[in-house]
Amino acid sequence: MSDQPPVLVIAVGNPSRGDDALGPELAARLEAAALPGVEVITEFQLQVENALDLVGRERVVFVDAGTGTPAPFDLHRAGPAAEFLHTSHAISPEAVLATYEKITGSAAPESWVLCVRGESFELGDALTPAAAGHLEAAWLRLREICALEPAT
Amino acid sequence: MSAFPLETAARPEGLRRVVIEPVSRVEGHGKVTLLMDEDDHVQQARLHIVEFRAFEKFIQGRPYWEVPVMVQRLCGICPVSHHLAACKALDQVVGATTLTPTAEKLRRLMHYGQILQSHALHFFHLSSPDLLFGFGSDMARRNIVGVAAAHPEIAKQGVLLRKYGQEVIRHTAGKRIHGTGAVPGGVNKSLTAAERDELKKDVYQMVAWSRDAVRLVRRLFEQDLDTYRNFGTFEARTLSLVRADGAMDLYHGGLRAQHADGTTIFDHVNYDHYWEQISEEVKAWSYMKFPYLKALGSEDGWYRVGPLTRVTRSDFIPTPLADRERREFLAFDDGLAARSTLGFHWARMIEMLHSAEAIKDLLHDDDLLGSDLMAGGERQARGVGVIEAPRGTLIHHYRVDENDQVARANLIVSTTHNNHAMNIAIREVAKKYLNGHKLTEGLLNHIEVAVRAFDPCLSCATHAMGKMPLAVELVDAEGTVVDSLVRGSA
Repeated sequence: MSDQPPVLVIAVGNPSRGDDALGPELAARLEAAALPGVEVITEFQLQVENALDLVGRERVVFVDAGTGTPAPFDLHRAGPAAEFLHTSHAISPEAVLATYEKITGSAAPESWVLCVRGESFELGDALTPAAAGHLEAAWLRLREICALEPAT
Repeated sequence: MSAFPLETAARPEGLRRVVIEPVSRVEGHGKVTLLMDEDDHVQQARLHIVEFRAFEKFIQGRPYWEVPVMVQRLCGICPVSHHLAACKALDQVVGATTLTPTAEKLRRLMHYGQILQSHALHFFHLSSPDLLFGFGSDMARRNIVGVAAAHPEIAKQGVLLRKYGQEVIRHTAGKRIHGTGAVPGGVNKSLTAAERDELKKDVYQMVAWSRDAVRLVRRLFEQDLDTYRNFGTFEARTLSLVRADGAMDLYHGGLRAQHADGTTIFDHVNYDHYWEQISEEVKAWSYMKFPYLKALGSEDGWYRVGPLTRVTRSDFIPTPLADRERREFLAFDDGLAARSTLGFHWARMIEMLHSAEAIKDLLHDDDLLGSDLMAGGERQARGVGVIEAPRGTLIHHYRVDENDQVARANLIVSTTHNNHAMNIAIREVAKKYLNGHKLTEGLLNHIEVAVRAFDPCLSCATHAMGKMPLAVELVDAEGTVVDSLVRGSA
């Protein structure tokens, strides 16, 4: 029996790069809300060791900014998948799940990707007004997913 | 006419252009362009990497004490290196010429944690798929999941080594990311006995796994000696920090530059006036500058930094297991492995072993628990901090005005130092493997293998979904895309 909170939210993004702050902004709101059974982790980007954060969870939600993605946000189930990259600097939620399954030998927990559309990602910029609106919409949905009721 | 073969084609008109382009997520990107003639011979090969152009602007005007935290947002993969290089520069501004033993050892612990996790990630996640399966192998296997399927213990060790390094950083920096552990003049917290003991529990395992990783690279060299010896190999001048006694020191030292044959260009130079030794050249075809040693000029003064330089050009490594592995590396294949581009991987694992050993030693030093955290002195207007980051020498230089705001900042990151060397490496690979062949994904991957050996730090601090991480396009003389290869999206 794991003593981990059953819901894990991994928010990804750089708070100093314009709309890339969407993930950390949502994470900060979630931490302030202190929902029972929910743990929040904020990262610059996903990496292989995030697979270990998934151990003992019932549901995992990856939150990230998107570019060219549906507005105000896109929510979809994520499953394990390998990927090939030119860089070691980040991996996808699907690759984190695949890594989890390979190193633990068990199925990954139910996982969702909440991708909030961003517009501008310049170093030192604040959130754009459009992204701020997307954040409000995504915040309501994020709270619902964290409630551990069947997400749809 | 360029002084460097294959840097600029004599007659570029009519040549086919091949672009190997990791498409930007949201900002700059790196790409390789190859110009091919009708017979598929390479006439020009260039690596372009977009520099963090907004670095200085982002920092200027900030109060200097905010800088060590702000600079971590320049780069999501090596924030600790920027954090510590900034602090070293600002130590000078606050007049802290010598740190307290507790502060220096805690910073070193943080730094070795960073080196350990970065090298583990690079080798196990990024490079081992190529090395274990072959450069031209099925793309579907060339990823960490493929490694985990074929070599589950190796993949698991890679993940746990990375995780351990992150835990060292969390305990010393205070947080998993955006840490605040180091401050100008020292550190703001020491380790508790409980934190130290938690890290102690696993450190011997980390040393053992790191040693296994060094041996794994050696076996890879032994299995395909000709490829490993020659792949993208070239002669290079080198630059690194070394300790006063010549030892490898990743945290602090004087600048050492050597010719390819190991003879000295300069040694133990105080980096406070680095601009007297190093200058940067701009080329029209790249956003990234080309640093060179001023004494040799821009054509002859380019150099290579990073693990291969540090391991081969220091006089010894001050931890026993890593030093033994270093000596074996230098002797292997009559010294040719230590001159090869793929020797980067071997050297990187030796540094990972050194870092694990250094962490072990520090965790047995009670100074880590001390309470004397800060030093100070006469305020200065300028500070330079240099550190050996995972990818190579990293320079931070600040001028602070009377209002305590940063008036000027200059950063030279490791990848910039290696700009010319990486270009030479891809040209060597292009000449040997691509000339006269129809281009395939496997052959193009050879170019990327050469780039990956250096572990360049592309613009990585932003992460957003919806962009393809890699696209390859073959464009004919009229500019029409005749073929393309696209790798999976994030």
